[in-house]
Amino acid sequence: MNKMVKYVMIDILRNKMVLGYTLLLLIVSLSVFSLDDNPSRGTISLLNLILIIVPMVSLLFSTIYVYNSTEFIELLVTQPIKRSNIWTSILAGLMSSLCIAFFVGVGLPVLFFGNSQTGIALIVAGLILTCIFVSLAMLASVSTRDKAKGIGLAILLWFYFTIIYDGIVLFTLFQFSDFPMERPMILFTALNPIDLARIMILLKLDISALMGYTGAVLKDFFGTTWGFGVTLSAMLIWAFVPAWISLRRFKSKDL
Amino acid sequence: MIRAEKVTKRFGKLIALDKISVECEQGQSISLIGPNGSGKTTFIKSILGMVVPDSGTILFDNKDIRNNWNYRRTIGYMPQIGQYPQNMTIAQLFRMMKDIRKSEHISYDEELLELFEIPEIMGKRMRTLSGGTRQKVSASLAFLFNPDVLILDEPTAGLDPLATEILKEKIRKEKTKGKLILITSHILSDLDDIVSEVIYMQDGMIQFNKSLKQLKADTGEENLAKAIANVMRNS
Repeated sequence: MNKMVKYVMIDILRNKMVLGYTLLLLIVSLSVFSLDDNPSRGTISLLNLILIIVPMVSLLFSTIYVYNSTEFIELLVTQPIKRSNIWTSILAGLMSSLCIAFFVGVGLPVLFFGNSQTGIALIVAGLILTCIFVSLAMLASVSTRDKAKGIGLAILLWFYFTIIYDGIVLFTLFQFSDFPMERPMILFTALNPIDLARIMILLKLDISALMGYTGAVLKDFFGTTWGFGVTLSAMLIWAFVPAWISLRRFKSKDL
Repeated sequence: MIRAEKVTKRFGKLIALDKISVECEQGQSISLIGPNGSGKTTFIKSILGMVVPDSGTILFDNKDIRNNWNYRRTIGYMPQIGQYPQNMTIAQLFRMMKDIRKSEHISYDEELLELFEIPEIMGKRMRTLSGGTRQKVSASLAFLFNPDVLILDEPTAGLDPLATEILKEKIRKEKTKGKLILITSHILSDLDDIVSEVIYMQDGMIQFNKSLKQLKADTGEENLAKAIANVMRNS
């Protein structure tokens, strides 16, 4: 197992993309913190950037990586190695290298400049988001043989979670504005990992009052320790379930 | 040693394998022959667990290979088209393969490696290799771990005459050690003095499975190529 993870990690690190990603995050977070004197405002600006960059890079890089290692995978399945071992090693390799990149690029600057509860929440949320989108990428790439289709699916997923989903939620809220929608909102939020991450951080910032009555309900639910625990578990489920489905599919896939 | 029972595999509408039942014993050297698209490679891949059959079972040493991976320790496989990580050098590839299969072997069989003069190009990356050199790497890898079973899918395709002779000589040598050898090839003259059994496949079905001697007697031809041509004409 560890042997396999080692080879996957070496292979990923040989690829300059991860290094570039780390540098990009580092530049973004350093410039955000140096533009703003107030570290907590800086954290919010950083949050908005991260919620776009992290899912996109994690999804695309992982999908492309899995497709590019088709040969590697084909070579390994003919060897005395468990299939699940191959797949989980790739998963673990991708997750750990992208998480390291995120921690160096965002985690360290945040700890240095805006070390607060919000900062910690931001780091935790970013790390879990990375894992969630790597896991979704694995699912996308096991679903189709065609590289172009797989990458297209990954882009579509990103688009859905960043833009389309919020549009649908807003539309629903508008249509049902005569009804109390605050509680269903909690459910809607849980169905999108990016929203979960956003709320997890915003509620730590104590600006939920700006979000009106919905904000108050959200605060009531997510703001408590229990709510925080629920958010965290919802995110972990998001990271675990797609990976698990992809593993099951990979086990019976024809190569 | 390897027993397939009613193995069926569909790819969409195409039936790649249609209730294939075969038995292969230690010491046999079997050639799988058949037109393009007759299911030879699919059959080989299902023995290796790369393709999962829709129904039927494949037993290796009387153990079902489904969800089993340990049996691959005793198999050396040379694919039709060797796919290797593009950015690895040959040296890194060999080091990795040895590392992955380490626990089982003390002595490596590096004879082919030497004969193909691979040590001299160890630093080259896999993506820069020509098709023939890649075949040589595949062949050396298949024999490296001294496996009991050798599965060779079109081993001589793309090799120059000298390399083909070296490889054939090596196969003959391994055959005398009592290994089970499974070969597919379209170059029948290559197989003539290597194989002892012939399995002829067509449209995912096994047309016949008999010894080379029997086949020659049945068709009245002296060599494999003519015998198979005879069969194809009459079918």
